[in-house]
Amino acid sequence: MNRVPKTLKTLNRITSISFAVALYLVFFYAPREAIMGDVQRIFYFHVASFWVAALGFLGAAIAGGIYLSRRTRKWDQVALASIEVGVVFTFINIVSGSIWARPAWNTWWTWDPRLVTATIVELIYFAYIMLRQGIEDLDRRARFGAVYAIVGFISVPITFLSIRYLRTIHPVVIGSANPNAEGGFDMTSRMRVTFFFSLITFSLLYATLLWHRLRLERIGEKVQALKMKILSA
Amino acid sequence: MGQAPVTPSRRHAAKAYLRALGAVLWKDVAAELRSRELVGAMLIFGFLVILIFNFALSLDARTRGTVTAGVLWVTFAFSGTLGLNRSMAIEKERGCFDGLLLAPVDRSAIYFGKVLGNLLFMLIVELLVIPLYSILYNINLFIPELFLVILLGSIGYTVVGTLLSSMAVQARTRDLLLPILLFPVVLPLLIAAVNASKGILQGFERSEIMFWLNILIVYDIIFTAVGFMAFDYVVEE
Repeated sequence: MNRVPKTLKTLNRITSISFAVALYLVFFYAPREAIMGDVQRIFYFHVASFWVAALGFLGAAIAGGIYLSRRTRKWDQVALASIEVGVVFTFINIVSGSIWARPAWNTWWTWDPRLVTATIVELIYFAYIMLRQGIEDLDRRARFGAVYAIVGFISVPITFLSIRYLRTIHPVVIGSANPNAEGGFDMTSRMRVTFFFSLITFSLLYATLLWHRLRLERIGEKVQALKMKILSA
Repeated sequence: MGQAPVTPSRRHAAKAYLRALGAVLWKDVAAELRSRELVGAMLIFGFLVILIFNFALSLDARTRGTVTAGVLWVTFAFSGTLGLNRSMAIEKERGCFDGLLLAPVDRSAIYFGKVLGNLLFMLIVELLVIPLYSILYNINLFIPELFLVILLGSIGYTVVGTLLSSMAVQARTRDLLLPILLFPVVLPLLIAAVNASKGILQGFERSEIMFWLNILIVYDIIFTAVGFMAFDYVVEE
């Protein structure tokens, strides 16, 4: 009754293969960075996991907006699934960044705008999950979740801006360089290939996880319905 | 001449809106005047927070200069959550909120009425904490610019706080939930308010202070709009 759809199976396969390729590129194809050495290889998955998290939170805010205007349960499930994926990848982003920062900055943690903003984002979406857990009524839970996903998402850029005005040492690899940055580098073409391939791989990973999470939610709903049916019979 | 004509019915609608808003505000003020629970509790709590800071940070003359702004805003934020929680809890307790929602007025009038009430109580507490702090630490806090920062900070805080507390109060975990929902969202406001206050107290350059004031203003505008639009979805049943 609940067989895995064919498209999802294909997606699983494509994602696994491209993940394997991405690992190969990161470890063997991309050149060793001259100053930082092998630890720089974290960069590819570090940025890619931030990318997934950002996709997830943006997706959740949009899905929240759609839910509020259309009121179909599906969009609430998309928002929840997106945020759960986002929370996990924000965590990966912070931890991998920490592992990189130890040799590059000689500390696990500094109060840099990106680091602090990532942490605040994580806390916002923990709060989102706690808010949902505190509400039993399905409709109300979805509405409050949507409102908080939007409010939280809007506050993030202002947070980033206000902490950025204090000082930053985080390297800016893409876009304008930061003269105060420590541990920055210029990407060679091989690095660029690896980097963009990692981004694509992680985007696929996001889509796959989101789909699985949505399926899980729907199966859970069905189980719940069956349970009620048996109990009432 | 070039103005859009204001039809009587439209003027009437605006008047009715303001009347509804004023009624909600007046209800909160009247309840507070009779019970005198909220402001007193917020004030004593705020005083306790300052007292704890006094010993935790050993606020001697040297450290005081740099941490005063931070201590003040932590005090305001903590006593603010106390007020927000209480103001929504009393609505929920005996079903007053459902009564309010039954009234044939625009929901946003109820929201802004509650916001103004919360803002008023917060400002009263702040206006009492400031002289207290000035006397205790022999530091002059009566600077007009500082009051502007406090006003802007409190507006943003209550605008977001009222929206989120009206959600938190309907959850199982209630008052436990509000600070967890509120603080990460309100953080940029607090950063801006602390830095603007610090700049004013230590006589920083005007451009430096203006940056933080701009953030406060932008935050207030954005979240007033968000609250105005989102409140409808929070209270509809």
